[in-house]
Amino acid sequence: MKKDNLIIAKKKFNSRLIVGTGKYKSMSECAKAIKLSGAEIVTVAVRRVNISDKKKPLLMDYIDPKKITYLPNTAGCFNSKEALRTLRLAREIGGWKLVKLEVLGDKKNLFPDMIETLKSTEVLAKEGFKVMVYCNDDPLMAKRLENSGADAIMPLAAPIGSGLGIQNKINIQIIRKQTKLPLIIDAGLGQASDAAIAMELGCDGVLVNTAIAKAKKPFEMALAFKNAVIAGRQSYESGRIDKILMGNPSSPSKGII
Amino acid sequence: MKKIKKIKIKINGKIKTVIENSKLSEMLKQLKIPLNKVAIELNKEIIDKKKINKLKLRKNDKIEIVHFIGGG
Repeated sequence: MKKDNLIIAKKKFNSRLIVGTGKYKSMSECAKAIKLSGAEIVTVAVRRVNISDKKKPLLMDYIDPKKITYLPNTAGCFNSKEALRTLRLAREIGGWKLVKLEVLGDKKNLFPDMIETLKSTEVLAKEGFKVMVYCNDDPLMAKRLENSGADAIMPLAAPIGSGLGIQNKINIQIIRKQTKLPLIIDAGLGQASDAAIAMELGCDGVLVNTAIAKAKKPFEMALAFKNAVIAGRQSYESGRIDKILMGNPSSPSKGII
Repeated sequence: MKKIKKIKIKINGKIKTVIENSKLSEMLKQLKIPLNKVAIELNKEIIDKKKINKLKLRKNDKIEIVHFIGGG
């Protein structure tokens, strides 16, 4: 079988599963779940250092950024200004240019503010960032992001952390047809089969956090997602049969006794 | 002898009293900040960590030190 890599901004990855590092009970639990998931890219948030508690464990002590690609995000940013400030700081921490842009528009449904997202994408691309953009599942907006210099289109399956799975398969398929950019389902997946469905729709990868971190057994769920992404991709690549309305026997009709 | 003047600055939202014109790098050392794992803003401008030794603290400086934590 030919090597089937995920390529983002000219960088090759073996795994098509990207995982978030939030919501785990501990950093060691997070690190173990990542290892089991096989993910090579993890999203991370940029926050203030706790200057009064110097002994607080650091993420980098548990997940080695030399081995795992850190994808700094802009979670918690509600406008372009905040998002740009966050990612410029992220770049300064250690030269990170591959980033996840996420500009939210509503504190309850956490839908992306696409006007602010589009503005930010343009600026970041001009500044040399490689921008993976969290967006709505809107084909027109996806096209505009692509034209603005995005490096990956990452439409939501459903609201962040909702676990509802892909709500609009048609939109995802339309976006798949129109773009050659990496298409990654980001947010809203609830179980491993949701990831398999995303891959079967032709997505290049999925990004999962809550579904693994908050599962009753995060390690087992990490493994389940890993397998589902592989299975979904293989299924997509294998070319599914046509759907027909009536039955079609699997055993020959000739020679029946 | 030059008189030592104490000033107030804000670091990660908290007020701190320091000696005027003391080095930012010294303060970060005292706070045990691992420079290779953080980014620093001084009055909303990102600092080039290579040039940090040159920076001295002034009255009402606002410093933000950020790092990566778990997130989705």
